[in-house]
Order: sequence, then C-alpha cells, then structure tokens
Amino acid sequence: MLLYKEVRRFWRVFAQTVAAPVITTLLYLLIFSHALSNRISLFHEGVSYAAFLVPGLVMMSVLQNAFANSSSSLIQSKISGNLVFILLAPISPFGFFAAYVLAGVARGLLVGIGVWLTAVIFFTPELLHPRGVLWILIFAFLGSALLSMLGIIAGLWSEKFDQLAMFQNFIITPLTFLSGVFYSVHSLPAFWQTASQLNPFFYMIDGFRYGFFGASDVPVLTSLAFVGAATLILGGLTWKLIDQGWKIRP
Amino acid sequence: MVVFSRHTLFIMSYAVQFESVSRAFGETQALNHVSFSVESGEFFGLLGPNGAGKTTLISILAGLIRSDRGLARVMGFDAATHPMQARMNLGVVPQEIVYDPFFTVRETLRFQAGYFGLMRADDWIDEVLSHLGLIDKARLNMRALSGGMRRRVLVAQALVHKPPVIVLDEPTAGVDVESRHALWAFISRLNAEGHTILLTTHYLEEAQKLCGRIAMLKKGNVVALDHTDNLLKRFSQSLTVRLKAPRLPLAWASRALPLPSSDAVQITLDRYEDIEALIAAFRQENIPIDRFSTEEADLEDVFLRLTGDTDDKAAPPAATKEHHA
Repeated sequence: MLLYKEVRRFWRVFAQTVAAPVITTLLYLLIFSHALSNRISLFHEGVSYAAFLVPGLVMMSVLQNAFANSSSSLIQSKISGNLVFILLAPISPFGFFAAYVLAGVARGLLVGIGVWLTAVIFFTPELLHPRGVLWILIFAFLGSALLSMLGIIAGLWSEKFDQLAMFQNFIITPLTFLSGVFYSVHSLPAFWQTASQLNPFFYMIDGFRYGFFGASDVPVLTSLAFVGAATLILGGLTWKLIDQGWKIRP
Repeated sequence: MVVFSRHTLFIMSYAVQFESVSRAFGETQALNHVSFSVESGEFFGLLGPNGAGKTTLISILAGLIRSDRGLARVMGFDAATHPMQARMNLGVVPQEIVYDPFFTVRETLRFQAGYFGLMRADDWIDEVLSHLGLIDKARLNMRALSGGMRRRVLVAQALVHKPPVIVLDEPTAGVDVESRHALWAFISRLNAEGHTILLTTHYLEEAQKLCGRIAMLKKGNVVALDHTDNLLKRFSQSLTVRLKAPRLPLAWASRALPLPSSDAVQITLDRYEDIEALIAAFRQENIPIDRFSTEEADLEDVFLRLTGDTDDKAAPPAATKEHHA
C-alpha cells in the first residue's frame, strides 16, 4: 500500500514529475547533438553522436528522477510531518525500504521510457530496436534502484530542502555529468579515464548503452558486477538505516 | 490473543503499561522513571502542563521515539522489541495537525487502512466519517479542509484499523463545540464497546467528565495517579470565594488575592464551614457585599495544585454558583 501511495503521489503531479523531466532531457538532446556531434569521438564507428547520446540521456533521466522521487517524498513528509502516519503503521523496515525504492524505480523508468520514445520518434528511429533489451532492463532497474536508495539516505539525512539540494548539487549532478552521458570515456585523457572508472554512475550508463549498441567502454560484465555490488552494499546500508530509525525515530 | 511470556497473565489484563520509562533530551530529563498501567476498556486521562512529558510518553508507546530506559507495552507487546504487533494494536491521534496534501480524505483513509493490511475498509471508513461529520467531505482534498476538519481526519486515521487501544493527544484542540460533542459521543461508544482510550487534553472539563482514572505528569514525573473521583474528593474540602466589597474585614484581608481585570478579590477556603465565618466578619464590621460567588474544586484545581502551573489553565470553571448581595 505504501508503494501504491508513493506511485499515486508522483502520478498526481505528472506534469511536474514525469512530463517536465522528459522535456528537459529532450532539450539536452537537441542542443548537445547539434553542438557536439563533430567534436566527440565514440567507441563505435557506425554510431551517430545523437544515437550515442540518447541512451546516456535516458539513463541520466532515469537516475535523476529515481533519486528525486524518494528524496523529495521523504523530505516533504518529514517537513510537513505526515511521515508520522507511516511510522505509526506496522510497516516493516524492509517494507518501507522496498516501497520507496520501487516507487523511485517506477518514476525513473517512466521518465526514461518517455525520453526514449520521444527521442526515437523525433531524432533517432534506429534506436527503436535495441540489441540487448535484457541488458537495458537490468541496468535501468539496478541504476534506478541504486539512486532511489541514495534518495532515501538523502531524504532521511536532510532536515531542510537546502540540505537535499546540496546532496543533489554536490554529489548526484557531478557524478552524473562525469559518467560519460555526453561522451565516451575513451575520448578523455588517461587520468580522467581512470577517474571515471571510480564513478559508479559510469558503469550504469556504459552497461545501459551496451544494451543499445552491443558495444561499450568497459566489458558489460564488469559494469554489471560493479553496479550489482554497489546496489547490494547501498541496499544493505539503506535498509539498516531505516531499521535503526536513523533521523526518523530519535 | 496469546502472549508467550512468563508474565502472560499479568500483562494481559493491561492494555497499556509503562515500567520505569525514562528519556532525556540533552540536559532535559523529559521522563523520569514513569510507571503506570491502563487496564483494558479504561478511559484514562494523561494530564500535565506543557513540557510535562505527555507527548514524549505517548511517542515512546507508539514507537516514534526511543526510551533511554524502561518498557512501554501495548496489549502486552513491547513497543521496542515487538513494534509491529504493538502498532497493530494502537491507534494514535497526533497532537500536530498534519496531512498529505496530495490526497483526498477518502484516499488518506484508504491508504492508512492499507498500511494495516485492510484493503477493503470502505464500510468502516464511511461509518467513521459519518460519526465525525466528514462524510460529505470524503472527496475533498485535504488542503480544502479547515483546521478542525483536518483534526477530525486525524482521528479517523487513528480509528481506521479498529485498534483496541486508542491514544488521543489533544484531539479537540481547534474543533468546534458541535463536532467536539459528536467526537466524544463516538469515542465513548468505542470505549463502551471495549476499546481502551488514553487521552491527553488541555480541556480539563472533558477529562473530568470522560476519564475514569487520571495520571498527572509534572516535569517528567507522575505526581498523581488515581480514579478521577478520588482525586476530586481529595480537594473537595476546599473552595474558592470571589467577592466584591468596598473593603475587606481586617482578619481576612491578608488572605484575599486581587482578580486580574476585575475589582473583585478571591479567597480560598479550606472548608465549607469557613463561608459562615467570612460572612460573619463582614457583618461584624458592617461592610456590605456587592457580589459573591463560590467555586467548588474541580479537576482544574486539582491540576493546578498538583502541577503548580497556572499557565495551563485552559478550561472555564466547572461549577460556579452566583449570589448577589
């Protein structure tokens, strides 16, 4: 029921939570595909820059919206005080965890599908039939789950919207923009290539892109191992924080 | 219900139990070894001035905050070690008016019922809404309701899973008189059906009328715990006289306290018989009495004497008899 409520919550403000991110991401696509198409070297000769960019932007919107959903829902509930209704109910820590993670996944995937469909219709019809749908689904699910968990931690930790914005501006946005959304890491100097490989967002986007082209900057199994391990570790940490009532049951 | 414990029989007769519950917030000791029990089916009042620890105690019972020491049980389930079972048996009306602005009244109640595993509770939701005078507001968004209506929705949320123990933390603050009566009629009916009620309120008249037993807290300590009648009896020997006269008899002048915003004075008498002596003193000195009234001890007097805090005097005097000389 908590999952249903969380999904209804973002659905109730569809224009703000789904339509707006789709439009914003498409503006990125429009501008960057024109501005950078001749300046970026890619890992695959047969792939246009616009086609390369779409999976990155789709995954970026999935990740950002998954994070935004759980973090904003929690901080709003904490500040307005209505979190008490969930805390008073016999919802297990795992139930709490699963509901917020899956609601974030749902919103992330919904926005991602919106961006992908619109991009296919208006910009890159060749992406209508990706090579590895299963890889796409795996990385989309794991990535959005991971970001939902980060959103939960940020929502639990923050006591004001400013603190949440700090989390978003100093952690989520830099890690997303430096993860290879707009470029192939092979085009970077050696140092930044190494640095990118420490960024978990890079593996999410690279693995997701592999699902479209069957090619990626690092082997897809490496990305899967990295993202899977990160999801498990962060999942364990998030569940533990909820179980301990961190910042919500003082 | 069966509780597998060596204390089973002892525990089962109580709906709520606090055993030496303590909690500090920094330097402030909010609760200091608070112990008392509420039997199943009781209508129990928890009173005290602001900052006495009432909400902290209720929050520990509801699992919203942790105690430093001691046990809080709901229907025998420890709120700390068996939180799911304890919460299942508890309905809490929080003090603050809080709501989710995304949903209507009915959606809010459906979600709350769902959290307790009740997926089809519309009949009961309708009944609760009717009793709380909200049935015609069921389709409205929570934002469209007045403060009093939102508070009644809070009450409905606490009742939506028919909990055996209902905790009401200031449930009538800001609620109009008519709705308050309807609310108490409904709560009294639930109590008559066997639900245990734990009430905190600043309306001491309500507590006096409804609660069979009362605990009073002051600075985190229980300063009184007794049947309401017994508490009143302990103070029924005293009464307060309010009078207006050109001057006071010499023997009584030192006992008179001026009443704020009035030219009258107040004298507290230890016994009813003292009225005679007071009036005799006026006659003896040939002083006319312009106005004279007496006030019997009520729960508010008990409250003020035990807690020594006049700031929380919220309710009007319960029984006043006016005499004009």
